[in-house]
Amino acid sequence: MLRWILGGRENQSSVEKSPVLCIGEDQPKNWFTELQVLKGHFDIVRFLVQIDDFRCASAGDDGLILVWNIETGERLQELRGHSQQITAITTFTCNNGVTLLITASSDRSLSLWDPDTGNRVQTISDLQSSVKCLLVLERLCVWVSGGEELCVWSKDFQLQCHRQNHSDTGITALTELPKNCIAAAMDKEIVICRVTVSPDSSVSLDEIHCLSNHQDQIRALISVNDELFASGSHAGELILWDATEWTMLAYQHILWEEPQASSQHLTTNGKLILAAVGSGLYVYSVLTKAVVAYRKFLSLTYGSVRMWEIQDLPLPAEPASPGFFAIWNFGRLNKHSGPSKKAVDIPNVRTLALTGDLIGHSGAVQMFLSFKENGLVTCSTDHLLILWKNGERQSHLRSLALFQKLEENGGL
Amino acid sequence: MTVNGAALCVSYALVDDNTMIGSPDVVAFTKEDEYSQTNSDSLALPEEFSIPLHPLADSNPWAKTSYAKFTKDFILISEFSEQVGPQPLLTIPDNPKVCGTFDLNYFSLRIMSVDYQASFVGHPPGSGYPRLSFVEDSRVVLGDSKEGAFAYVHHLTLYDLEARGFVRPFCMAYVSADEKKIMLQFQELSLRFSQASECLKAGNRRAFAKELQRKLQDLEYTHSVLQREEGRQREAGLQRMYSAYAVEKANELANVEKSIYEHRDLLRQISSYHHRPRRDPHAATCQKCMTECLSECEELLERYAKLATPFSYTEQGGKGEGGQGKIDDEGGDEMEEEEDEGTKRRVSYTPQLIKAKSAKCFDKRLKSLQELCDETFYEATVELLKETERSFRGDRCYLHTRRLDRALRRKMKVTNFLFEEDLGDEEEEGGPLRPFCAVNHAADNYTRLNPPPIVLGPEPLELEALEPPDPLDPASIHESELGLGEHHLESSPSDQTLGTQESSEETKGSFSSDKSEMAQAQMQQCVTGLKSDSDLTSDHNTDLERESSSEELETTGGEDDGDNGGDQTPVSLLEVVSELEASREDDCEGVTDGACEMDSDLLVPIDTACCMSQEGFFYEASSPEAVPNLGQSSQPGPFQTLVVNQEPHALLPIQDDYAVGSPCSESPATGLVLPVGLLGDAVSCISVEDGSDCTISASTGSDRAASPLGYGGVVTLRHRKKAGQGALKFVRQYPFAMQALWCLLSGRTLVVLGVDEGRVRRLVAALALFVPGPGRCGERVQTWLSCPVTLADLQRWKLIGLQRVTSPLGASMLYSLSRYSRYISILDVDQRTLRCQPYRGQLLANVADHRTYIRRGSTYFLHIQGTLCRLAARAFLFTFTHHLHLPVSSSEGPEAVEGRRRCFLQEQLGLGEDDSQILLYLSQLITQQYLQPTARSSAAAPCFSFNFTTSILYKI
Repeated sequence: MLRWILGGRENQSSVEKSPVLCIGEDQPKNWFTELQVLKGHFDIVRFLVQIDDFRCASAGDDGLILVWNIETGERLQELRGHSQQITAITTFTCNNGVTLLITASSDRSLSLWDPDTGNRVQTISDLQSSVKCLLVLERLCVWVSGGEELCVWSKDFQLQCHRQNHSDTGITALTELPKNCIAAAMDKEIVICRVTVSPDSSVSLDEIHCLSNHQDQIRALISVNDELFASGSHAGELILWDATEWTMLAYQHILWEEPQASSQHLTTNGKLILAAVGSGLYVYSVLTKAVVAYRKFLSLTYGSVRMWEIQDLPLPAEPASPGFFAIWNFGRLNKHSGPSKKAVDIPNVRTLALTGDLIGHSGAVQMFLSFKENGLVTCSTDHLLILWKNGERQSHLRSLALFQKLEENGGL
Repeated sequence: MTVNGAALCVSYALVDDNTMIGSPDVVAFTKEDEYSQTNSDSLALPEEFSIPLHPLADSNPWAKTSYAKFTKDFILISEFSEQVGPQPLLTIPDNPKVCGTFDLNYFSLRIMSVDYQASFVGHPPGSGYPRLSFVEDSRVVLGDSKEGAFAYVHHLTLYDLEARGFVRPFCMAYVSADEKKIMLQFQELSLRFSQASECLKAGNRRAFAKELQRKLQDLEYTHSVLQREEGRQREAGLQRMYSAYAVEKANELANVEKSIYEHRDLLRQISSYHHRPRRDPHAATCQKCMTECLSECEELLERYAKLATPFSYTEQGGKGEGGQGKIDDEGGDEMEEEEDEGTKRRVSYTPQLIKAKSAKCFDKRLKSLQELCDETFYEATVELLKETERSFRGDRCYLHTRRLDRALRRKMKVTNFLFEEDLGDEEEEGGPLRPFCAVNHAADNYTRLNPPPIVLGPEPLELEALEPPDPLDPASIHESELGLGEHHLESSPSDQTLGTQESSEETKGSFSSDKSEMAQAQMQQCVTGLKSDSDLTSDHNTDLERESSSEELETTGGEDDGDNGGDQTPVSLLEVVSELEASREDDCEGVTDGACEMDSDLLVPIDTACCMSQEGFFYEASSPEAVPNLGQSSQPGPFQTLVVNQEPHALLPIQDDYAVGSPCSESPATGLVLPVGLLGDAVSCISVEDGSDCTISASTGSDRAASPLGYGGVVTLRHRKKAGQGALKFVRQYPFAMQALWCLLSGRTLVVLGVDEGRVRRLVAALALFVPGPGRCGERVQTWLSCPVTLADLQRWKLIGLQRVTSPLGASMLYSLSRYSRYISILDVDQRTLRCQPYRGQLLANVADHRTYIRRGSTYFLHIQGTLCRLAARAFLFTFTHHLHLPVSSSEGPEAVEGRRRCFLQEQLGLGEDDSQILLYLSQLITQQYLQPTARSSAAAPCFSFNFTTSILYKI
């Protein structure tokens, strides 16, 4: 069973016009029956990153990074230091297994934090430009920051090498490719660079290829599996690339009879790619290189998280694999759309069924993070994080704790 | 004879009533058989829980009151005056109606004429000085069967320098028509009166020490004057040395010297008071009082010990008298003089010349009890006795039931929070005696006896607009304290706006990067201050006036659509008693601590003028210091918390009515009548209270009185009983009441939506009875909200009264309701609809039967209590039954446990699916409470459970 969750940021209308999308209150498959509101941020919360099995960090426009215990909902640490909004955050695991956080902010600084103690371990300020994306190359023990320029840093926060950017838009997305390569999306092009660590441990960065098949600005860039990576553009193009040969494998132009249908976001589980394009969802199979299912919505409620499931699809999904696809829309969606939805007769098409929605946020949902059975964390423009949990499981856990305490106390 | 507290047996023979003065009935009091019984069988039901199977034939509790000349029990304080003999001093309650035609003088005579102690006065052999007698209190039960009066009599002696033998005998008596009641309550009476007695005596020792000090000053001054005179005579010539006059003077001087030694010894004795072993187990004195008094005495002692040469009364006295020449042969060193001057300035007492011959015994005026004891101690004692009187109201049967009830409830700590009102940290019966001190407790309470936060207007906080509030204005001062303690009461308009406000402050704090961590912390603090203040200024202001009028209308209107004649039945005695109890509960809970607490006694409305005159009442710290700070209030600083919280609008006239002050029931009609109270004239009180239950409550504020919810008050039994009437009305008017109750009991937030505030508030107060674990002050209930609900609100409150408004705000409010509709049930008061999940269970049919025959609110309340209590017991069983939650063996899967649980709920408890939900929710609450009894702390927000089931709309 495969589910998707969509955080929608759509027009604010309380009445849902499409009957198909009005799931109502009866949601037997929705097991998120308990929620906890986590307060702490003072501005839009944009990023969530998982630290380990029970901790996550959130960051947003208030420049704060908060570390949460998602089992109890406690705020563990408050990392202060950035004076402006956070633009990127990632985890960085050193050789000794300690997970640290790297953050980039609009104040043109980069910081390394220890989420256990709340200390700022390293910081670099007065960068030439603010960093928009971060990528950690664990194998090489280096990390890459992308913005106006592409920089490679060692784990000690030493700049190893950097490469000036030609385009004026800067790097918007980074992904890791096999053979120590990275792909960086810049405007309409994808630049492939190779990071080489020479024996004297100096690092060099060489541009080895440039892919310019996209007609429009690239909005999303993901690595699907070891052989493939995919990119989506503002015009609704979805291109599948070979990760080693850097050739185009498939080109899909998704159009919803709309003047503008941008690929807002892509996500994958290695076999399927889910694209949020325009105001619709698109499932693309990597194996068959064809669209498997799609669903278009006329309107959505504001700030809700929706869960989808591909029906009639006996997926041999292993339970360990992440069952969630993440979609979050940054762009503005058009409210008005085509008069009707045509039944497209594509063979092998399955339906996307809405299995549940999580209503809680009063602002657009920015991101979410799944902790599998432990729950789901969402963050939103309403400055809140919400921890969604399985009520039954939680109640069972509490019962366990109760009897444990009872035993410790030796009775009531 | 002195009674040994441990044995507690004053075994006199019961003399039949005789009219001879001086030989009153002394009632036998023995407890031996009880002692011998107690530990016989540990498994047997404790004695206090057992109910006599066959009530005695003549056990009509009212039979005996018939021939007593007083209407109810009272406390009498009498004195055996050395001038006029036994005389009554005061009664508690201080109401002539209470005693009726009962002859207090005669009764005082009787109780004081028990020669209970040989108070030893005079010089004991072998010591040159008079001794203070340290007499233990004695406790006797006396009866005057002719008068139909029985009394627990507590004798005590207080010290008075002017009295014969320095002691004055007093007694405090608890007078009741029911002899058995006194016998049964002997232990507790004894304990409480001992506390009162200790309090009096502690104050008395202080006053006595002060008196001694003055006397010593007088004596020393006199001494110095005499000495000077003697010196002059000596100079004048030897020939006159032996004149009669001179001899007389010399004698006088010797007398004064002797007197100084005597008094100094008395001072030493009084300060060694604490070292005496006390035989009385009840006589545990407050450590704090004791040390204070001790240090005071020691200081005095030290000072006067230095004057061992009695000539050192320095010339300050002389200078003070003016014009007398300095005598040069004084040997006092400078240091001593200085110090003496220092202390003298402190006491500011001008010594007086003592005449050689003391006045005749009958000429002087004896000190009153207030003078004998320090004023504060006297007040505290009277409070203590009032409290005692209140707690013994009601007949034996009632007291017994209440004790049973409490004992049982105390045993169920785990589930009590669900539906029972808070017992407070009452004295644990049978526990070790705590040193009790009414005075210091009262002093400490001063800070805590803050009034509930009164939510004032929605005007945004403008720092520039801050003007110094009148330090005497009670409203302003109280406001300053509100923000600090009462967080649970914040009725934030929406968390988001709050957040924004915080953020602006917060970012300022964190962006000024050069600021130290400390500065940030302060900033943070000040932000918190701002926050809490902004909470206060949230929304209600404009409604207050409107509401007071509308509520008045509503009160009458509400009765119209209410009940028929059923409620007009005369007040039964049970009712009276329960009301008594309720009011008593109010009081005693007011005394116990707790941040959110208010003393209902203090909440009688008074107008500002009245408050002004009593500025002593206000919490000192806030008045003098706060004012200067206000000038700099535009810059956030460490003091900001205090300053900003000073409500800037405190001078608005509207708030005068909401001022809160000390009991002063001058103007019961003005403004907000918060839980009123109780006090002395309970007779009139009862009728009012009860009237509101069965007839129409007159005052505007009665709704408020009925629901302290949202005002920070402790929800007491009385409020709950009054709410019972509302609940009954609700059940009878709305056919879907059962569904609404089910929502509340199964943990779904219920929003009561309506235009009329009074109506919504009353309904919320009524429904609050069904909110499991409402919190001590009803924290989980919001009676009136006039802004859109947010998710955090739903998480915090389980029952919300929401204002229906027709404005853009109303639209967003409705939007938020429809958005969160899956988490809430909506009861629309105006359209009489309920939107909630369907309920098909049977469990609540019993309490929500709209054809119920119950007519009285308090009866219905008891009915509800019974049902809820049963539910809580089942939930307890369910929660703590191991195998319903965990597998018994390792081979068992979760399905087996699940099946067992279902089986238990359905077959053993006979609950359907929907009813099981109630139990599951209660069980969840119990679990959470058990895991973290002090939960709701800052760290983690509470969880909020829900389920995905379609709601349906119920209509009438």
